[in-house]
Amino acid sequence: MKSAVLQFPGINRERDMARALRLISGREPTMVWHADTELPAGTDLVVIPGGFSYGDYLRCGAIAARAPIMEAVRSFVQKGGLVLAVCNGFQIACESGLLPGVLMRNAQLRFICRDVYLRVERSDTPFTHGYNAGQVIRVPVAHGEGNYIADGETIARLEGEGRVAFRYSSPDGMVDPNWNHNGALNAIAGIINERGNVLGMMPHPENHVEAAMGRTDGRGLFAGLMDHFERAA
Amino acid sequence: MTSREPAITPELIAEHGLKPDEYARIVKLMGREPSFTELGIFSAMWNEHCSYKSSKIHLRTLPTKAPWVIQGPGENAGVIDIGDGLAVVFKMESHNHPSYIEPYQGAATGVGGILRDVFTMGARPIACLNALSFGDPSHPKTRRVVAGVVAGIGGYGNSFGVPTVGGEVRFHRRYDGNCLVNAMAVGIAAKDKIFYSAASGVGMPIVYLGSKTGRDGIHGASMASAEFGADAEEKRPTVQVGDPFSEKLLLEACLEIMAEGCVIAIQDMGAAGLTCSAVEMGAKGDLGVTLDLDKVPCRETGMSAYEMMLSESQERMLMVLKPEKEKLAESIFRKWGLDFAVIGETTPSKRFLIRHGGTVMADLPIKELGDEAPVYERPFAESVKLPIINAASVKPPMSIADALEKLIGSPDLCAKRWVFEQYDHVILGNTVQRPGGDAAVVRVNEGPKALALTSDVTPRYCEADPFEGGKQAVAEAYRNLSAVGSRPLALTDNLNFGNPERREIMGQLVGCIRGIGEAARALDFPIVSGNVSLYNETNGRAILPTPTIGGVGLLDDFTKSMTLAFKAEGESILLVGAMQGWLGQSLYLREVCGREEGAPPPVDLAAERRNAEFIRTLIRDGLATAVHDISDGGILVALAEMAMASRIGAVLEAPHGAIAHAFWFGEDQARYVVTAKDHAAVEQRAKAASVPITRIGATGGRVIVLGEERPLLLEALVDRFEGWLPSYMAESR
Repeated sequence: MKSAVLQFPGINRERDMARALRLISGREPTMVWHADTELPAGTDLVVIPGGFSYGDYLRCGAIAARAPIMEAVRSFVQKGGLVLAVCNGFQIACESGLLPGVLMRNAQLRFICRDVYLRVERSDTPFTHGYNAGQVIRVPVAHGEGNYIADGETIARLEGEGRVAFRYSSPDGMVDPNWNHNGALNAIAGIINERGNVLGMMPHPENHVEAAMGRTDGRGLFAGLMDHFERAA
Repeated sequence: MTSREPAITPELIAEHGLKPDEYARIVKLMGREPSFTELGIFSAMWNEHCSYKSSKIHLRTLPTKAPWVIQGPGENAGVIDIGDGLAVVFKMESHNHPSYIEPYQGAATGVGGILRDVFTMGARPIACLNALSFGDPSHPKTRRVVAGVVAGIGGYGNSFGVPTVGGEVRFHRRYDGNCLVNAMAVGIAAKDKIFYSAASGVGMPIVYLGSKTGRDGIHGASMASAEFGADAEEKRPTVQVGDPFSEKLLLEACLEIMAEGCVIAIQDMGAAGLTCSAVEMGAKGDLGVTLDLDKVPCRETGMSAYEMMLSESQERMLMVLKPEKEKLAESIFRKWGLDFAVIGETTPSKRFLIRHGGTVMADLPIKELGDEAPVYERPFAESVKLPIINAASVKPPMSIADALEKLIGSPDLCAKRWVFEQYDHVILGNTVQRPGGDAAVVRVNEGPKALALTSDVTPRYCEADPFEGGKQAVAEAYRNLSAVGSRPLALTDNLNFGNPERREIMGQLVGCIRGIGEAARALDFPIVSGNVSLYNETNGRAILPTPTIGGVGLLDDFTKSMTLAFKAEGESILLVGAMQGWLGQSLYLREVCGREEGAPPPVDLAAERRNAEFIRTLIRDGLATAVHDISDGGILVALAEMAMASRIGAVLEAPHGAIAHAFWFGEDQARYVVTAKDHAAVEQRAKAASVPITRIGATGGRVIVLGEERPLLLEALVDRFEGWLPSYMAESR
């Protein structure tokens, strides 16, 4: 699996993401500068990592969505390439039209960093097939603006087409407002696009990939992607 | 000198915080009257914040050396060797005055400043901690200050991308008019690639890096060197505005030019901005510095020399550059979208020469500016010793069970989740132990080594007995580092006090420094960096003396770090250390009996060392399953924390003949709670090491059972523990 991690000024989880990709795929990802106009040849997976691109001084992700490299990402997506967009990456993906909806400020109006539980809604996507549908995983969140919202029609389509990949839940998999820390509509933590090749999610699977550090629930996502590309090859 | 500048009058001199005798000294040094710009430069260099004039002679008594110390106090941060060619760079610094005036920006720029101190030396920051002291919860300003400070720390650190892994939060009415924000940053560098601030070589270009200069923060350092009056709110313009995004870019750009070998010397622009950084680089290198202010990148038009020299705009650095690397260094800064301007050069003259608009605005002797600042041996009064409180004479106003519930739901002992969840504490993927334990544990790169980090002080002890309080702060940091299984290596001290011109305040400062020094020597725990913040006082009312200690310890294997949560049912619970039952200055006495009285617990440094070494061997040899330092609130609060962290209860029994409330809530020092599968093995080890040990119960169930007392349901305890802070913060402002 040959991956490229986008680097916008102010992005700060690119090293976490690079480590997870290296540990699980055995291959160092290429870091791609925001001002570049092309992705490295042969890229299998583009990752838009977390952070505060351009300081998030405008709407989160709004400036990064207009960076030169995003043109290349859009055409990569059109050709069916896979994009994993995490946290600020999810916000950038929404702002650049790769995914519908928007991430608003957390309902409590505060930044929140904690481990949360996610129910995996389906396992038949390249991003989630390392998990079982209905499985509950524990991964951290760290964001001030993760409250997913979209208009009623969009939500209906997302739900109807089964495009919600992860939902905030209780440890036993129940959707419950007490376990939805940011107030996201329908407890949506991650969604995929229509074609199924772009995943946006607020939580950080890349921070839970090492057994020695105590938690490995994020591994499934990367291992699933690896498996997907190996099968395709 | 220009005639457009204001004339120097006694009022103007006083406004600059300079005393008449200090001004006379300036005139004598210069051989003439200073210009307005020169007066500003002197005031910036000679204020308490930059010159340490009241504390210097006492700070010199502190132990700062050890075989593993690479750089002690005097640089941007301290540096210690952790083997494998790696060094830890760390320091703690206060941003108290600005944080009270403008909580969000004050705290944010405090974090920004300390991060720059660390990466200026070539280290990549890996963790931050924050020790926060706020006013009484009932004070009308407290809630707003807490909300702003916490959001500011999070806003800066989260965006910069460093995990904030620990710290302290306390409340006391003595901080009503002056909150304390003490920020600590820790970084990792290659041992042979540490960068220092002393310039070298004549005719070397001096380069301005980072963000543009604006009119913010002018006189910030002077403001922080005076007490507050009724006009504190009017000082908002002296507070800087933080931009963590630029700081993140500055970090990456600085580390890149350092790796490319472009840097001779580098210094961040912190307090007193361009003035302090330029003078320090020149004075340390025995060189003069000439600056052309027309080349300084400015955010606003029409800035005067005075304003540029005193601006504390953030996210800026000054560097002495290897001339042959100018193009490369500039291209790196341009890539990151940052300013890069050659604004001067080093000279052989030892003069600090400032030009602006073709005119010489200042021409000062550079060594004298730094080294000849006044040093005061201020008179001080030793604190009066308070009587020892006899535990038997303290009548318990409520049952042990009720007292425990009250204590763990009190502002100082309750869970601080509301605070630390606003800080990203998992970024970088190396946080082994998150906030809430005795010390945070952060893996170094890919491991196996890890650092343990803590910040500690008990201000009420320092007030009651500065010497014992100073010792205790160091001892508690030492204990917390030991409790997670690390070997304590070095510390940074952040000394927060009132007005040193008052004898009793000076007595607190001197006493605390003596105590810190004594403990640091006894524990081989040298001081490698620090900061002094005085004049934390409003309308003549000073804060509690608060010498915050930031400690760093080393673990050889991060997978062996010890936590405080009980691990299983049916394990023995052991008390390590003596059991006198010291109630003087305890939280039990304050929160339960309503008395802030008596002598604080004495600190036996030999026992601290012996017991900590014992704890570390237990952890190393796998004999302990959980370890927790005993501090505020005593044994029972420590046990409740261990139970709540695991949701495993305990059956407990006070030793025969003990005075129950003194035993459970006394704050005797050098103690730990340990759990073990095999208590006999632990007891045998303790005996061999001459460490007192007492079996006080066993883990199990979902309840804390205390002899005849009403059993305490863990779920109910957790609700109280977790409840206070969120509900306090949710009340209307």
